[in-house]
Formats: sequence, structure tokens, C-alpha cells
Amino acid sequence: MRVKSFLVAALFAVVANATTNITWWHAMGGRLGEVVNQLADNFNKSQSEYKVIPVYKGGYEDTMTAGIAAYRAHKAPDIIQIFDAGAATIINAKGVVYPVADLFDKYGTKFNANDYISGVRNFYADSKGRMIGCPFNSSTPVMYYNKDIFKKAGIKNPPKTWEEFEKDAAKIKKAGYIALSQSHSPWIFAENFHSRHNLQLANKNNGFDGLATKIYYANPAMEYHWSKLRDWINKGYYKYYGRGWADNQQAFYDQKVAMWLGSSGSFGGLKKGAKFNFGTTYLPYWKKFIDKGAQTFIGGAALFVFSGKSDEKYRGINAFLRFLTNPKNQYFWHKETGYVPITKAAYELAKKDGYYKRTPDAEIGIKQLSLPSQKWTKGYRLGNYVQIREIMVEEFEKILNGQESAKDGLETIDRKADKLLVRFARTHR
Amino acid sequence: MKKVQFKGGIIPYLFVSPQIIIILVFFIWPSVMAVYYSFELQDAFGTSSQFVGFLNYQDVLGDKDYYNSLSFTLIFSTLVTLFSLGTGLYLAHKANEVIKGKGLYRTLFIWPYAIAPAVVGLIATFLFNESHGDLYHFLNQIGWKFDPKSDPFDAQVMLIFISSWKQVSVNFIFFLSGLQGIPRSIIEASKLDCKSDTRRFWSIIFPLLTPTTFFLLVTNITYAFFDTFGIIDTTTRGTPMGQTKTLAYKIYQDGFLGADVGGSSAQSVILMLFVLIITIFQFKYIEKRVHY
Repeated sequence: MRVKSFLVAALFAVVANATTNITWWHAMGGRLGEVVNQLADNFNKSQSEYKVIPVYKGGYEDTMTAGIAAYRAHKAPDIIQIFDAGAATIINAKGVVYPVADLFDKYGTKFNANDYISGVRNFYADSKGRMIGCPFNSSTPVMYYNKDIFKKAGIKNPPKTWEEFEKDAAKIKKAGYIALSQSHSPWIFAENFHSRHNLQLANKNNGFDGLATKIYYANPAMEYHWSKLRDWINKGYYKYYGRGWADNQQAFYDQKVAMWLGSSGSFGGLKKGAKFNFGTTYLPYWKKFIDKGAQTFIGGAALFVFSGKSDEKYRGINAFLRFLTNPKNQYFWHKETGYVPITKAAYELAKKDGYYKRTPDAEIGIKQLSLPSQKWTKGYRLGNYVQIREIMVEEFEKILNGQESAKDGLETIDRKADKLLVRFARTHR
Repeated sequence: MKKVQFKGGIIPYLFVSPQIIIILVFFIWPSVMAVYYSFELQDAFGTSSQFVGFLNYQDVLGDKDYYNSLSFTLIFSTLVTLFSLGTGLYLAHKANEVIKGKGLYRTLFIWPYAIAPAVVGLIATFLFNESHGDLYHFLNQIGWKFDPKSDPFDAQVMLIFISSWKQVSVNFIFFLSGLQGIPRSIIEASKLDCKSDTRRFWSIIFPLLTPTTFFLLVTNITYAFFDTFGIIDTTTRGTPMGQTKTLAYKIYQDGFLGADVGGSSAQSVILMLFVLIITIFQFKYIEKRVHY
């Protein structure tokens, strides 16, 4: 009897041991973290071979730093979430990452780039369009506007272009409000500004064809835009509430500003928190520089798979990524967080379910990402980009403060950024 | 006569070995590695590295931002040291003369000592917050358009204020015990000779306090250079316009956030030399004026 129960217990132990654990380090805090845990939980319940263990590692930078330290100590997790600005760092580190397109091909999920929404598919891919990281939480900058304030100011439709914005801003000011705030100057007013105006961002095909050494922020369109921003601050059309994301969003919540540029992923939170009617629309563009605004690309982060793991683990990771990207779960993620679905199938599912009939604002981001792609709308792949963004914010603040002209500021950015790019290229040649 | 001497052998080495091991593992080894890395360009994940000679040093020393950070660090450290030493000394002197409720005063002054720099930073973010910060509103009401999020000067003022405040209590404790170490007889004798409280303080008490002051000067400068990291990281994070980056914070930003191991190692080595020079200067020139 005793022996029997022992044998049964041992058998169970063997079965329990047979599950392969997959660790997943991510940067999704708060409500997003809960959704991540739920996804992992659902996956674990859906089968018994693999167990995904999500671990929250702090913000994007913290997560990347933790991943680097762990890799150096030979204790890397299996999957790590890396943000847009850090993509070049992990992709260019030779042999660190197992490209997901290869993983998919080898373990039975045929990789097909066309399954993914066009603004999503290139950012984490190589120059041939094969994905290295699997886009996870993807969003794009959009404009939110306060319909109540618009009504008071006598404006019917939100501005499509910055030219229209200027006219509306004057009316909004008269009504006693500030027209605009925005939450991420490098992302919205530089990177996606380039994409929206189909402008080249860096040499070597924006860094996708090799290690870029030149950045092109000092150009007439950027100069014009940043001079205008300075001008708008003086006129009371635009207010800069510091570099903090939340501080600029708060001004929109508090109904101090009529329009706020943020992430399409902010939609869910706004819907819950805002005590006024608001709408969502495309990011404005300058008619002066492009007839019809081009598509934007994604921000957010992607999941990267570390190399050197066992076959068993890769099989599990493949199953998990397949689970994450299936239409049902993408739709769930999209609805719960406001991030865009990354596959066309998921987008279709959301449409079919009538989600956008009920909440048309949730579709703006995807529509903007699905505009026809053009030469310079793929995104960028630039090394040392976390530091370059730091430089950009510093110089942008000087421009907005009137300490230097837009031209000087942008030239300084290019000069300093080029130095960092050259350093990166030298490290990885 | 026979000299008294312990026998050699292994025992003495055993006694000093814990200390030596600690120094080797936690001080010498990291320093050596920093020097080594500073001559390399290294990929963030450590997959490739190459010897580049003095390139990292050239890049650091040829960077205008580095000097910006250096001058901020110097001004910041000087002011924090001055304010926290001055306030600590003043409060200690006053508390030393209190007769009723001595213990209560002292306990209250010592309290902030227990707060970690990061928590001090958090308190500061509340106090200077735009929507609900008391000090923020107070300063704006008295006519100063105080805005630490976009005005570098205001942000620097905020950092100096909060960093000094954190350090006052430490200085207070040391100064108080220093003051209590002064024999009553000397103070009483000086009272007979001189009526002026201020003059008595500067000509009798302060010189007797110089050992304490010197010790605090050294530790306060170290504090301002390194320990204020937690405060900066929880308040300004080097913003606005990168004007509140101390050298230590810049090393962290470039090394950890920027994943530039070589460049930040070069900065560490330069900082190490810099602090070494300051310390030598302190011990060589200032210590001469200390009366033990």
C-alpha cells in the first residue's frame, strides 16, 4: 500500500517535472501587468507541456538593463520585452537573439510578413522584412481632442493639418484654453514626424541596411515645425509640461488643454478617467511639406527570444508566441489595453465583432498604421538611441525655452547623435 | 634587552585577511575592471569588445556636456556642503544651549537622518509638485515663477535645498557631540573674558571643533558627489535640459541606460582620480589647520 502510493506520488512528480518553464521578463506595470499575467495564465491552462512565468522587471530601461546583466552572467531569461529605442542594441549584439522568423519557420509556424499590419511588420525586422523580435505592445501617436472645448470654441472638426491647427488654436485660446500638449517629443515630434512627412531619418536606409552613422533631424521641415512650436508657446497655443508623460496627459484630463498628442494605447485609460467627451484623430501634418500625411510606425516594445536555449524551450516559446499572436488573444489584448492588434486577422476579428462601431476611437491608431507605406515610413534602427533620445529632449527643451533657435538645436542634435552612432558602429563592426 | 615581538607565521595574516579580502573584492577588483573597460569599446551584451586605447577618454574629455556636468557637480557639492554644514552647526550650537526639553529637540533634529535618499527625493517630488505641492504653490505665491520641470535653475535650487536638508541631521549629531566634548571649564573661562557670544564662538569654540568640521567636510563632499544619486534619480533624473546631472548620475545614465560600458568606465576612472585629488588636497592643506 505504502509502496503503491509512493509510486503514484513519484509518477506525479515526473509528470510535474515534464513541464518546461519559460521565463518571460517584461516591463508592463499596473493594469497592463495584470493583462500580461492573465495571458500567461490562459496559455498555461490551455496546455500542460509548458509553463510561462512572466516577471515584471520595472520600466523599459530597467528591463533592458536587467536583461543585459543577466545575459552577461549567463542567466538570461527565455523571452524579454525590449522597447523601440533599445531594439538596435539587442539586434546588433551578435548571437544574442534567436530571430522569431527563424524560430517560427523551424518549429512549425510558417512566418509570413504579410500577416502583420503594415506599420507594425518592419520595425523589428531585418532589411528583408524577416522579423527578429515579435511586436508585442504596439502603439502609435494619435491626437485626442476635447469635444466640449471644441464646441465652446466653435470648432466643428478636429484639425487634419498643422495649418488648420493654427487657426483652431486661436479660437481655443479665445475660449480660454491652451490648445495643445504632447507627451513624448522624440517619438511624436521627431521620429513619427519624419514618417508622417515621409522624410529620411538616418543614412543606410534609416539604419535597416547597416550601421547608420548619420542622423537627419536638421532639415527644413523639422526646423519649421520646431520654430512653430516655440512660436505657439509664446502665443499660448502650446504648453510643455516637462518631459514626463503623465504631466502632459494630466493637463488634458484637467481640461486645461484642448488637444493632447499621446499613444493610441492611452485610449483605454482616457476612456475610464476623462470626465468629458473626447474624440481621437490622426496625427496632424504640415500641408506645406506633404500633400497627404503618410503612415506612422509603431512605438512600444517587442518580445525577443534569447539564443542558446534547449530545443524543448524553443518549442514552448513557439507555442506561446503563436498563442499570443492568434486573433482571439490579440483582440483581447487590444480591447483590454488599447494597444493595436498586430495581425490583420485580429483586426478583422475586432471589426467583425463590431468593436469599432461601439468605440470608433479605438480604430484610429490601426488606420493610421495601415495607411499606404512609403519609402521612409518603416521606422528606424539606430544604436545608442536611448542616449540620443536623451540628447534630443535636452535640446528640444532649449528650443522651447528660447535658449537656442530651432536650427541650432537640431544641428546640435545631429552633431551629438552622429558621434554616438559612429561609436556604436565602431563597437559592432 | 630583548625586543618584545609577536612570532610571525600565519596567525597575523589570518587576522587581517577579512579586511583585505573585502578591500580586494569590493574596491580593488571593481576599480581595476573599470580601468580595464575604459580602454575598450564593448557591445552592451558583452558579445564583442575591442581595445581602443584612449578613445573613450578623448570622447569624454572632448564632450562639452561633460564639463557642464562637472561644473554643476562642483557648484552643487560646494553649496550642499556649505548649507548642510552651516545649518547643522547653527542648530547644534543652539541646541547645546537649550536647558529645558533638550532631549526632545535633539531627537527631532536627528530624525531625518534615518530617511533614505530615495525617500527624500520622493518627499521632494510631493512638495514641489505642480498640482499639489505646498512648496511649489508657496514659491509661486510669493512671486517666483517656480517651475523645476522646465527651468534648470529652479530644478537646481530644489535639488540643493532637498539634498542639504537630508544631510543637516548628520552634521547636527556630530557637531553636537563635538560641542559636548569641549570642557565646560574652557567655556566658562571664556565667558569671563569675552561678552560677545559670536566672538566667543568663532575664537574659542569653533577652533576646538575643527577635527569634527574636517571630518564632516570630507564626508559631506563625498555625500554630495555620490549619495545624492538617489535624490536625483527620484526627482529630476538629470532634467531639464540635462542641467541637473552630477558626474555620478551621468555615469549611471551612460553606463546603464545607454549601455555604454567603455564610455562610462572612462568617466568613472576620471571621477576616481578627481575625488582622489580632492581628498589629497583636503588632507594636505586643510588638515594642517585642524587642531586635534
